Formats: sequence, C-alpha cells, structure tokens
Amino acid sequence: MLEGLMLGLSAAVTPFNLIMVVMGCVIGTLIGMLPGLGPMSIIAIMIPVAIGIGDPTAALILLSGVYYGAIFGGSTSSILLNAPGVAGTVATAFDGYPMARKGQAGKALTIAAVASFAGGTIGAILLMIFAPALSSVALLFHSAEYFALMVVGLSAIAAFAGTGQVAKALMMTILGLMMGTVGEGALSNMPRFTFGMMELQSGFSFITLAMAMFALPEALFLVMNPARAATGDSGKITGMRITGAEARSIAPVIGRQSIQGFFIGVLPGAGATIASFLGYAVERNIAKGAEQEEFGKGSIKGLAAPETANNAACTGSFVPLLTLGIPGSGTTAILLGALLALNVTPGPRLMTDEPQVFWAVIISMYIGNLVLLILNLPLIPYIAKILTIPRTFLIPFILFFTLMGSYLGQNNSTELLILVGFGVIATILRFADYPLAPLLIGFILGTMLEDNFGRAMQLYRGFGFLLERPMTLALLVLAALLVVLPSFRAYRARRRAEGVADGD
Amino acid sequence: MNTLEWTRRGLIAAATATVAFTGMAHADGHQMMDSVHFLIPGGAGGGWDGTARGTGEALVNSGLVGNATYENMSGGGGGVAIGNLIENADSSHGTLMVNSTPIVIRALTGEIAQSFRDLTLVAGTVGDYAALVVNAESPIMSMEDALAAYREAPQDFAIGGGSVPGGMDHLVAAIIMQGAGEDPTAFNYIGYDAGGEAMAGLLSGEIDALSTGFSEAVALADQGAIRILGVTAPERVPAYEEAPSFVEQGIDAQFVNWRGFFAAPGLPEDQLVAYQNLLAEMMDTPEWEEIRASMGLVNIFRPGDEFKAFLEGQEQQIGDLMRELGFL
Repeated sequence: MLEGLMLGLSAAVTPFNLIMVVMGCVIGTLIGMLPGLGPMSIIAIMIPVAIGIGDPTAALILLSGVYYGAIFGGSTSSILLNAPGVAGTVATAFDGYPMARKGQAGKALTIAAVASFAGGTIGAILLMIFAPALSSVALLFHSAEYFALMVVGLSAIAAFAGTGQVAKALMMTILGLMMGTVGEGALSNMPRFTFGMMELQSGFSFITLAMAMFALPEALFLVMNPARAATGDSGKITGMRITGAEARSIAPVIGRQSIQGFFIGVLPGAGATIASFLGYAVERNIAKGAEQEEFGKGSIKGLAAPETANNAACTGSFVPLLTLGIPGSGTTAILLGALLALNVTPGPRLMTDEPQVFWAVIISMYIGNLVLLILNLPLIPYIAKILTIPRTFLIPFILFFTLMGSYLGQNNSTELLILVGFGVIATILRFADYPLAPLLIGFILGTMLEDNFGRAMQLYRGFGFLLERPMTLALLVLAALLVVLPSFRAYRARRRAEGVADGD
Repeated sequence: MNTLEWTRRGLIAAATATVAFTGMAHADGHQMMDSVHFLIPGGAGGGWDGTARGTGEALVNSGLVGNATYENMSGGGGGVAIGNLIENADSSHGTLMVNSTPIVIRALTGEIAQSFRDLTLVAGTVGDYAALVVNAESPIMSMEDALAAYREAPQDFAIGGGSVPGGMDHLVAAIIMQGAGEDPTAFNYIGYDAGGEAMAGLLSGEIDALSTGFSEAVALADQGAIRILGVTAPERVPAYEEAPSFVEQGIDAQFVNWRGFFAAPGLPEDQLVAYQNLLAEMMDTPEWEEIRASMGLVNIFRPGDEFKAFLEGQEQQIGDLMRELGFL
C-alpha cells in the first residue's frame, strides 16, 4: 500500500495535475452552486476537455475534482436559497435553510464546508486502506437488503413528524410514494398513472420536483410578503464561527456519517442521495431530547449529517467503479465512459495493471478536498452576502435558475408546466403547514423501495427473503428501532417527570 | 424507466463518442453537405445521444459535412421527438433523427403512437450484439451447463437484465431460450433499472445469468470478472474471439440492437439519396472507424429499402415473441 501511495503521490503531485485538481474544483464548485445543475451535467460538459488532455491520470483527476466540487458547491444553493441543485444536497436544505433564515448563513456554510471536507477526506482514507477488500462489500447487498435499506431511509420521515404533525407528515410521505409510481417501473413495461400523457412515461424528474417543493414556494412566499421582500436579510448575518461547544456536538456526527456515508456509497444501488437521507434519519433518531426537537428547524447536527454523508458517499462510489468497473450512479457511469475513451478499463485488474491511475485518483481526492476547503472558507462571507441582495432582485434570479435547471434536465418544455403546477400546489400546502420534505423522501426512496421489493419477492417467490437473509431482517429491525426508540425515550422521560411531580 | 435500459450503454457510448471532439477538423475538399441537424429523442449522455454525436463528429472531422448541430428532445420513450418530426415535417428536411431497436419494441407495445413506417428511413448504421453472461466464479462453464442447470430447477434459474420485463434484455433472453428449444415464457426474468445494477446483481450472486449488450460484456470479460456463454451474432465477433456464438452451439438465436437514422416523412427523393450517400461515405473514413471501435459497435450499413426489410423482420421476430410471452 505504501508503495502504491508513493506511486500515486509521484503521479498526482506534478504541477500540471495540481492545476487540474484546482481547475476541476473551481469549475465544479461554481457550476454546482447554480440551482438545477448537478455533477452529472457538469461532468458531461467537461468530458471533451478531459479527454483532450490525453493523459488518463490527469483527466480523471480533473473530472473527480469537478465531481466533488459540484457536490461541495451544491450545498450552497440549498442553504442560501432552499434550491437544491443536486439530489444529494436536498437533505442539506432541511436544516441548512432554516439556519440561514435565522441569520446563521455564514455558520451554516462553514459547517457544510467542514463537514464536506471531513466526509471526503475520511472517505478517501477508507478507500485507500480498504479498496481491494471493498469490492466484496459492494457486492454484499442483494435486492432484499436494498429494500430494507430504503425502509431505514424512510424512517427519516419520523424527523418531520414533530409535534402534532404526524398525520400531515405521513400524508405527504404517501403522496410522495404515490408520485414515485408514475411512469414505468423496473417491474413492468406498462406505464402507470400517466393518463395517456407521453411526457409522464418516464416519471417525474427528481430535480423538477425538488425545485417545485422548495425553491418555487420560497420565491412565491417572498413575492407575497412584500415587507420581507423590500429589504434583504441584511444585518441579520451574524458570525460564521463555530463555537467550541458546537464543534464538540457535531464532531461525533461527522465521524459516524463519514463511515456510514462511505459504506452506503460503496453499494452500487444506493449512492449519495440515499446516504444523505439515511445520515439525516439516523442522526435525528439517535439525538437526545431537545437536540432532536431542533432537527428541521436549523439544527447544526441536522446540517452536518447529510453534508458529511453525501461527500463520503461520493468517494465511496469510486469503489465499484474502479474495482469492479460497475457504475453505481449516472455520474459514475459518465466517468466510466470517459475512462474507456482514454483506454483505461476499470475493473479487478486496474490496481495491478495501472496502479498509477488508481493511486493518483485517491491522492487527488485528498488534495481536492483540501483545495475545496481552502477555496471555500475565505469566500463564505461573500457568498453569504447573496442574502443581503434585496429580494426584488433575488427573486427573478431564483425563478430563472429554477426554471432553467428543470428544463435542462430533460430539454422538454412540459417540465416547466410540471414545475410551476407543483410549485403552486406546494405553496398552498406550505400555507396549510404541511411539511414538504417527507414528500421528496417518499418520492426518491419509493421507486427503489418498490423495485427492490419486487425483485426480492420474485427471486424468493414470496416473503422468504425476510427469513433467509439475516441482514435484511437486521436492517428492518434497525428501522423499527429508529422509529420506536425516540418515542420510547420520550415516554420514559414523561413517566419520570410525572413520577417526580407525584413526589414519590 | 424504459429509457434507462439505454442509459447504461448510452452513457458509456456518449463519453467515448466525445473522443471525436479532440480530433482536428480538416476539410480536404470533398465536403458533401453544408450542415446536418441531429434530433436526439433522449437526454444528453444517453445511447442515442452518443450515436448521434459520434456520427456528427465523424462527419465534420472527415470534412464530409461543414457543420453539425444537435437537439435533445426527450420524453415518451422517444415518442415526443417522433411526434415533433412528423408535425414539423415540411420544415425539417435538414434533420436526421437517431433511433434504435426500442422504436420497434415501443411501437409494438403502443408506448409510442407512431412506428418507423411513419418516417422516412435513411439508413441503419451500427449495431451491438447481445450476450448471455455468467459470473466468472460460476460453475456454469458453457451454455450447455446453463441449460442443464435451468432444466433441473427452472424456477430457481434467474436471468437478469437492465430492462423491464418485456424490454430488450428480457426479449433477448427469451430469444436465446427459444432457440435452445425451451419455453421462452418459463424462466424467471429479473428486471433491473440499469445495466450497472444488473451487473452488480450478477457479480453478487443474486442472479444466475445476465442478458446484456455484447460491447458492455467484453470489457468485464477481458478483466476476467465474467464469462460470456454466447453472443447473438451469426459468427464470432473479432472484438472478442473467445466468446462463442449461439449459432455455433446449435442454438438459433440471432439478434442485433441496431442504431440508425430517420428523416421527416415526405422527404424529397434526391435529399434522401444525398443523406444515404453521405452516411455510406462516412462509414469508410478513419475518423468513423476510430469512434466505432471506441464504442465497441459493429458496422451494419443498411440504406433505405434494405433498412425497411430489416426492420420489418425484426418487428416480426419481436412481435411474435412478445405475443408468445403475453406482452401483446
């Protein structure tokens, strides 16, 4: 391993490759900040440039720089504008945006940057130490386990079932699950609930839905509230420093989520989005008392968890790509194509055949994460200033990027109608105090939940997989615990409080 | 999610196709057309996208065409773009739309309202054979072993693929089983969302065999991760000579996932001929050869009526099979 490390260092740390890392990170961050533009589109744009370089090591370094840059930058629009541009940063908006609203935009951005850095770096260390062994981890999960994993993810809903909102959160979840069934699933070639509309055959696009649920209602709210619209939130932006107590409270979250996120990323059927939701769910459900109440209202833990997890998962997703040649996500599929074009065939033999490529990528991950942190921290005060722009100017920008982002995904004007239609519905739902995040969680997990459940049922011809696959059962029990544990703890606390009142 | 079956082959092809961006354009005085506009019925990065952009780059780099433009119009499994081309037929004479086997399958299922008959057939250009593969660690060494395992416990033998039941990968598996004299409706087909997931399913041991594209299988077979039991080509393919064809194993299973170009209905004859000559000329250029090889596809140039006869044959083959499988 040490040998490989030296090889990687010598390959990655050349002036040219360092320029590639920096360039990739800058481009990725800048484009990633725009709502609606995710790593997939940015990498697709950058591929011709990367291939033009000709050297596979430099090309891959550039593209992976763009990749984590985009994930890094994606959190910015989530936090500041409630307009997640990447599926992986939707969960970032859950607590990041409330923090920004409270005037803690600078702090939120700092936490996101530090959490991303830690997630990415710890992920890279895990990748370096365990890479050869990890290929078997990537193949550990069958459809049955993926199904159970999605159930664990759904337990995140509990986070939104706060005081008196249980019924509303559940309704929104079910609405999300229902919307996930629109179009064609992997289980049947019959389009469902498309009402004969060709545009719905491939289902709703996640980015369009995320924009409609978060960004659009936000902009409409501002329009309808002229008092807040006239001035920016100027003066409300307080320090960006994290206090010692805060650092101590998020450190364990970052530690846990780096590892959890990384391993979820390693699974070819999961990825950064699932990792961020799961990270959020787990941290929320194991948090104690008052801290748990904070989730969804601007909790620093709720922000750090998905930010760490999605970056760690991005690193993890390189495992199936490099060691098995299997792309786990759309983004890694594009990367695989680029590698093949450069005559590098990822797979079990990559580490022996072309160790310099393999190790240089890992080294570039450290460098990339470091560059991103150095690049982003000093810029945060300026980026946070976006919020001081009078809303009359900011709203058109949000609307423009929201519409553009959802149009670019499909190049189809029907997306715009869907976006505006759901945006209006979402605004009404927000007025009625329905939480919208559960809808998105239900939507994204629902499709995978159904497909994997169906496959498991088909493979085992019934529910046999629940008993035959211990890991499935264990994950399902974990999901049940995550939901029940907080209520049980609350119940016990109540009992104890009552006991005290009775004076016994 | 039917389009996803494309995405896997597609993303890879798209990225490889962009190699061409790097080639230097040189016009050496044999330009045949000023410009060509490509209509791509799916999103950027898909299989159609890769084919169209690869073709466009070869045309421009070889100097046959001055300028190529691209338009992605996704939706309805390609139906939106087809509808658009027909609706604006008179103003779309400069447009070539890329498509492939799914236009036949989806027209049969009624997923798209039109069929290839509603368009002007320019030419089929390239194709990818299909393959049945197993994990390299599997005890199944040959198609014969696979059939023996299947006959022993038909319900326990799961064949996966990166498409929905009734989609291309399922149909290919059914063609193979039928060719081997088995009931094509009896085996347990497990559909995955995309090729990568299906391949992970095979390597993790969840499924026994995988129906996939040949060009995709070659990369992993080269690395020793999977074993190709058979390829649906008439004879062994030079790109990977080790893989036996089904035909040589006595199984009558032939299938090619073609890719080709269509134009608006009512395209004047002289313009149609010009497009066909243009594509025929391109197939012989070194610029195209480089792109074709990197995409792992085979040239199967079939202009006009030849293309029509081929599509009708495929429609018959797939239609019969789908009726037998109960999808129609």
